[in-house]
Amino acid sequence: MNPAGFSEQVRRSWAVAKKDIRIYYIKGPVLIFGIFMPVFLFLAFLMGSRQLPLAFLVSGLVGMALFFTATAVSPAIFPWEGQAKTLERLASCPITVEAIVFGDMIASTLFGIGITLITVIIGLFLGLSLLHAITLCAGILLAACCFSAIGMLLAVPPTNTPSNIMMLSSLIKFPLVFISGIFIPLEQMPHWGMALAVCSPLTYFTDLVRYSFTGTNYFQVPFDIAALMVFTIVFTAGTMYLHKRTMPKRM
Amino acid sequence: MPDAIEVTDLTKIFGTTVAVDHVSFSVKEGEIFGFLGPNGAGKTTTTRMLAGVIPPDSGSAMILGHDIQREPVLAKQEFGVVPETSNAYTDLTAWQNLMLMGELYGISSARATERASNLLGALGLLERKDQKVQAYSKGMKQRLILAMALLHEPRLLFLDEPTSGLDVQSTQMILSLLRDLNRAGTTIFLTTHNMEEANRLCHRVGIIRSGRIVALDAPEKLKAAIDRLHRIEVSFGREIPAEALARLPGVLSADRIGDKWQITTENRDALIRLLVQFSREQGVAIVTLNTLAPSLDDAFLRLTREASL
Repeated sequence: MNPAGFSEQVRRSWAVAKKDIRIYYIKGPVLIFGIFMPVFLFLAFLMGSRQLPLAFLVSGLVGMALFFTATAVSPAIFPWEGQAKTLERLASCPITVEAIVFGDMIASTLFGIGITLITVIIGLFLGLSLLHAITLCAGILLAACCFSAIGMLLAVPPTNTPSNIMMLSSLIKFPLVFISGIFIPLEQMPHWGMALAVCSPLTYFTDLVRYSFTGTNYFQVPFDIAALMVFTIVFTAGTMYLHKRTMPKRM
Repeated sequence: MPDAIEVTDLTKIFGTTVAVDHVSFSVKEGEIFGFLGPNGAGKTTTTRMLAGVIPPDSGSAMILGHDIQREPVLAKQEFGVVPETSNAYTDLTAWQNLMLMGELYGISSARATERASNLLGALGLLERKDQKVQAYSKGMKQRLILAMALLHEPRLLFLDEPTSGLDVQSTQMILSLLRDLNRAGTTIFLTTHNMEEANRLCHRVGIIRSGRIVALDAPEKLKAAIDRLHRIEVSFGREIPAEALARLPGVLSADRIGDKWQITTENRDALIRLLVQFSREQGVAIVTLNTLAPSLDDAFLRLTREASL
């Protein structure tokens, strides 16, 4: 066994992910927040935008659910663990910073996927038909990885005060929802709005979900998937690099 | 005996404060090394750099043949760390914490289960293994993190104040386990404030003051080195006149303290021989004879005070 080898580090990442799920995710309030938050946002817009079709809004709900759940807990894990000194325990174990970050990402990806599947079921329950299941599954998997990386990126500032990170997290997450074609269709957006929308990975995921439920989309499916892949790679590499630099400052 | 730890010019600066200032020392394999110093001297910062938790600003540390900066994973695989404050996951049970350690060190599930059972049994925690750590007392948490540090059978163990604030039972249990581990070949790097603990446990000690090593030797040698003058306490079977003792060669002073005499000399060995000869010549029995060596506390206070002047 080479402890520093890739496969061994991935195995240790899985241990970190299991620990995260046990400690941070399988908690009543977290699960309830993960479901309620997007549902209430969706209901608010359903009542305020009666002219938009249900399929459009459910696609937005799925997009929001994945985005909010995959980025809900992960930004606070490092600050929490820094405060409780458990991060020091991890830092003294034979696991790289990249593997710790990857473990946190796995947990948040799985949590995001789990909650999002509930919203998909809600959509089907409301009478929508799923036209492209494979596209939807691929989109959810890819976007969950991408949003988890965003969640970990939000945790980069080396503070051990979770509320600081959560404030920063809200400041970035909420505007992203409004520029990603969730409540305003991309084709109805002004030029400046479109310029912002193409910078958001949530735009491409929402477009894929819409295609899966309605058969119509703004970008081509391969383009949406390629864009999500690029965002995932860039954010994952970025978060691993930055955490490696800031981790010692948390100790 | 090869070096388990080899530290060269290790330096750490926080802002304008030099926390650790070009520290160099080595620890042999199989040794119990005590790292002593007053609060804020740089003990914990040094230990954290050696454990790969924080990087040094300059210098290097080789841990069991691996550079902690260049090969951190390989180095960390070989040692365990027991920090001053318990850092077990309080939302997990003791058992779950140990299994997590097993996975992080790449131990097979069967081996981790066997080791965890043995360690929890030896540390008196087996019956409460399925209880969340948040319900544990400080002593139990400390014993648990010791078990977590030992699960992968490390060749080297870093301990930072492992018995600080613990009850006598937990302290004895931990110290006894450390002795057993050392007998079995584990090298121990012990950071402590407790001079008695260091005196009884350590083969060598290093004393750090203001980020610099001010002494590095065996506890007995350190104690002997700080005082040029030695004191001997002796009591006889009957009264002895002060002048008779003061006339003995090498006696610098002889003071009566209760029913004993306290004699100072530069040559302890020669004076003991003379006292035995004196008692024989005078036909008087020696009731007690003690050498009053300075304690490690004395050595520590003297060395850290000298360094600060």
